[in-house]
Amino acid sequence: MTALTADRVGPPKPLATAAHGEKGLRSMAFLIALWLCLAFGILVLAVLLVTTFLDGRERMDSGLFTNYTSQIAPETAGARAAILGTAWVILTTALMAIPIGVAAASYLEEFASRTSRFARFVELNVQNLAAVPAIIYGMLAAAAAVAVGIPRNTVIAGGIALALLILPVVIVATREALRAVPQEIRQASLALGASPMQTLSRQTLPAAVPGIATGTILALSRAMGEAAPLLLLGGLVFVKFDPNGFLSGFTTMPIQIFDWAARSQVEFQQLAASASILLLVLVIVLNGLAIVIRNKYSAAR
Amino acid sequence: MSDPGHPVDLSALAADDPNPHAGDPTVNTTATVTTRTPEAIQAGRIDPVERPRAVLGCTDVSVYYGDFRAVNEVTMDIGVHEITALIGPSGCGKSTVLRSLNRMNDLIPGTRVTGTISYHGQDIYAKDVDPIEVRRRIGMVFQKPNPFPKSIYDNVAYGPKVTGMKTSNMDDVVEESLRGAALWDEVKDKLKQSAYGLSGGQQQRLCIARTIAVKPEVILMDEPCSALDPIATARIEDLMMELKKDYTIVIVTHNMQQAARVADRTAFFTAEAAEGNGDRTGHLVEFDLTSKIFSNPGDNRTEDYISGRFG
Ligand SMILES: Nc1ncnc2c1ncn2[C@@H]1O[C@H](COP(=O)(O)OP(=O)(O)OP(=O)(O)O)[C@@H](O)[C@H]1O
Ligand SMILES: [Mg+2]
Repeated sequence: MTALTADRVGPPKPLATAAHGEKGLRSMAFLIALWLCLAFGILVLAVLLVTTFLDGRERMDSGLFTNYTSQIAPETAGARAAILGTAWVILTTALMAIPIGVAAASYLEEFASRTSRFARFVELNVQNLAAVPAIIYGMLAAAAAVAVGIPRNTVIAGGIALALLILPVVIVATREALRAVPQEIRQASLALGASPMQTLSRQTLPAAVPGIATGTILALSRAMGEAAPLLLLGGLVFVKFDPNGFLSGFTTMPIQIFDWAARSQVEFQQLAASASILLLVLVIVLNGLAIVIRNKYSAAR
Repeated sequence: MSDPGHPVDLSALAADDPNPHAGDPTVNTTATVTTRTPEAIQAGRIDPVERPRAVLGCTDVSVYYGDFRAVNEVTMDIGVHEITALIGPSGCGKSTVLRSLNRMNDLIPGTRVTGTISYHGQDIYAKDVDPIEVRRRIGMVFQKPNPFPKSIYDNVAYGPKVTGMKTSNMDDVVEESLRGAALWDEVKDKLKQSAYGLSGGQQQRLCIARTIAVKPEVILMDEPCSALDPIATARIEDLMMELKKDYTIVIVTHNMQQAARVADRTAFFTAEAAEGNGDRTGHLVEFDLTSKIFSNPGDNRTEDYISGRFG
């Protein structure tokens, strides 16, 4: 100790001043450039939202929810069939994508050995699925529907197309959620004599639910806004009945908006705008739900 | 609580017997002692006379991680109702040996065990043995307390539930286990609260409670006190002395005083570089009564280690 203090003559050297603080001219310029980019993005979005809102304002009434669409009387047309159709198709999508996606992810994360050829094959396919353009899924679903002898413009075919579309997202989100579950939890469970299956279903998956739910909801909200793959299923734009089952015909909101926006009458343009607002609100609500779930569970940790 | 005469047929019990403890108490074996090699006995690692009945017997056990041989030819017996301490410098393979005793190392890809580890004379690595059943009989407590993200009650009830133990009243099982782990009085009013709300020492005792809830015969502990303060450590040590009446305990520790205080027998491991390549392979140097190891060790390396001269 004495040796240490003896060596120190005079006060310590002051700490060096930062050479790369926020005050530098170049960093200021860079910061301003960043802000401008951000402002531009927000501005475009705001203009879009405001004009859509102004256009659609007049038609944001109960008729939008209760009336069917119409070819001849745009002033009384509504999005009832599209709203119900969206609900049906998204439900079908969720029923297919969640079990398959979670099962595939669980297999890859918890059971497959890293050297297994089958696991690598599955993994490669998941990556490939993610890279396929959305419209191809529509063709695939149409072909599948025709192959099993059901009409292609049905809820189930739409569900298949969208489930394929979001499957890679669900799988990736689930794998990440499973990976975030501490290894100690699995060890503890196995050391108590639980089987690997029990460990998965009672410990690992429940612990991963927030992550899975967040990823899945985001994927579903993306599917909700998707029109391209469904358009390929054909004959969906003019539906004047409530879908009532998996084999029912249907239309969805993006398709309805697409149809209305392509028509020349001002009323249809307004309808398209108001339906867009509704779709936007739905997507925002879903995304908000995902954020709430994530925050709730990350706070509980 | 624990019945010393567990049935020995692990495979038959694997799936269909929900209560592995309803066995004939006279079924019993001392077979492991007779399978010891004469060299091992000569080397002092096995005491042929004074041995209590062995619950677990290792004969020439080597453990590999892929091509790397982490531990070489360990031969030792774990006596019933004894506390056996495994000591030695870091990386000498104590945890590796411990994990191989209840097949937890099966979970690490590429692990391989040669030699035999027998539980009441039955090879736990035999083809027809269910590792799940092995782990039910031989429980494990880890270095870092690892409660489930559930309530205190659910943490304890989990094992009996998944192993399909027939219990008339789960509340009683939970209370009995928490009492057994000397935790009941501290948590009896907050059983439904998250286990994460407990202190580190309490969490570790909860992990012990959770382990004894499935009524294993052996409890393996890998440095159970290394994350705890001296007071919590003392409580766990007291608890071990208490548990020893009903269970057989194997503990890995870096704390010499701890080994000297609690263990009946102590095994000293060390790792030395092999001749051919630079791999450090762990092996058992000396295994004897704790009093002998600490007062009059038979090997210089043991003496150097416990007196703090190396490792
Ligand atoms: N999962 C693993 N994969 C590969 N090698 C491993 C693994 N676990 C341990 N080893 C190696 O095996 C040897 C023994 O490790 P082990 O963890 O059993 O030592 P230890 O005696 O418990 O050490 P410590 O006192 O530090 O816990 C070490 O050389 C280590 O690098
Ligand atoms: Mg260790």
